[in-house]
Amino acid sequence: MGERVKVALAWLVVLIPAVWGVGQVVSKSAALFK
Amino acid sequence: MFLDREHSIAPQGYSRWRVPPAALAIHLAIGQAYAFSVFNLPLSTLVGIDKAAPTDWKLSTIGWIFSTAIICLGLSAFTFGRWLEEAGPRKAMFCAAVCFAGGFFVAALGVQLHQIWIIYLGYGVIGGIGLGLGYISPVSTLIKWFPDKPGMATGLAIMGFGGGAMIGSPLAVALMAHFKTPTSMGVAETFLAMGAIYFVFMMFGVFTVRLPAPGWTPNVARAPEAQTPMGGSARRAGHAPPGADVHVDEAIKTKQFWLLWAVLCLNVTAGIGVLGQASPMIQEMFPGVIGAAAAAGFVGLLSLANMVGRFVWSSCSDIIGRRMTYMIFFVLGAALYAAIPTTGRLGSVTYFVAFYAVILSMYGGGFATIPAYLRDLFGVMHVGAIHGRLLTAWSVAGVAGPVLVNYIREYQIAHGVAKANAYSVTMYIMASLLILGFVANYLVKPVDASYQWKGAAHG
Repeated sequence: MGERVKVALAWLVVLIPAVWGVGQVVSKSAALFK
Repeated sequence: MFLDREHSIAPQGYSRWRVPPAALAIHLAIGQAYAFSVFNLPLSTLVGIDKAAPTDWKLSTIGWIFSTAIICLGLSAFTFGRWLEEAGPRKAMFCAAVCFAGGFFVAALGVQLHQIWIIYLGYGVIGGIGLGLGYISPVSTLIKWFPDKPGMATGLAIMGFGGGAMIGSPLAVALMAHFKTPTSMGVAETFLAMGAIYFVFMMFGVFTVRLPAPGWTPNVARAPEAQTPMGGSARRAGHAPPGADVHVDEAIKTKQFWLLWAVLCLNVTAGIGVLGQASPMIQEMFPGVIGAAAAAGFVGLLSLANMVGRFVWSSCSDIIGRRMTYMIFFVLGAALYAAIPTTGRLGSVTYFVAFYAVILSMYGGGFATIPAYLRDLFGVMHVGAIHGRLLTAWSVAGVAGPVLVNYIREYQIAHGVAKANAYSVTMYIMASLLILGFVANYLVKPVDASYQWKGAAHG
């Protein structure tokens, strides 16, 4: 496996839960502007 | 042994961009601590289930779980910082994972037996030690890998701590809903599941992290150089060159260390009290306009600003200098705090939210920029240990901030001030604290050359 693929996989491992968490917050924040 | 420092040296061709995800895995996990409040209400009805029974714990009793964890964070960062520099990041991250996950498991036992002291010991003490170890473990490693942009690198990791609550909160809510039964709130099972999930996630960081080989330098066009506090790299007579190593025991004797301690403490005090009171504050300042759901959205938005600010401001500091970055925090922060009561009087929710979002971005930025500031002043050698000692400022601010906000508000209301106006004095006090921080930051000059590390022979 190439080094670039390993870098991409490492970032995916942390970004997937982070994006999920940010999505949860953004959807709740929408109530502020309703 | 796999965890030893010498076994974590990167092989040739290892990309340094694999190290920030390792650091993020640790910080995203331990950042769950900021979301512990989601357990407060379920923990207060463990016996009564639908409503609190006489034997159920009070919210004030439960509140000490988080406070204990933050106090132990500061103490363990202070105590183990030096050990960490010798043991290496992999062993420190492993210990952090064992403590953090172990804290959840012990706390689950406390919930099952309904013994609050076991939860204090588990999540508070054992988990808190894991928080401190985990918080500082990747910092010096990242600075070694990114000597050309230390602010950005440490900002990335510390951004994870800000973002951890965004994962920890919905995860805990989902797990408690899954495990809840007519006779159980599902808290013990949730603690067990979260301990296991976070342990596996942190192990990813343990297995991924590497130290650069001795003599390694990044393959970049611009030669890496540390900054003076004023942002340049020029050396003045009598001063240590920017980035020159200072032993941790010498560093805490310098006035620069204590000035930065004050800078961090004042910046955090101004932000942390607001974070804890954000939901009731916006509802009380805009009665009839902002309800509970919108207030929850405001809290979420502040968390997001706190997280993004960590990366953006620390990256900016690589360009404009650490001292200038903090100057902006203190001047802009003081101006925005002073303007907050006016937004309330004008009834402008938009300005209120926007001002607070910027304030909280600078609160996060203050945390994220401090390791690079320390590196500029005291070098890389003991930056993790020095950072650990500086974090005691966080423990002090963690007590001072909420006390200032809560008690002044209560005092105002008790003396007949309307709830909508009860925060005005607090805001002006916060602005004053930031002006003090400005003075402390202004006084930071390069470290005297006599403190510079001259090798083991000189102790």
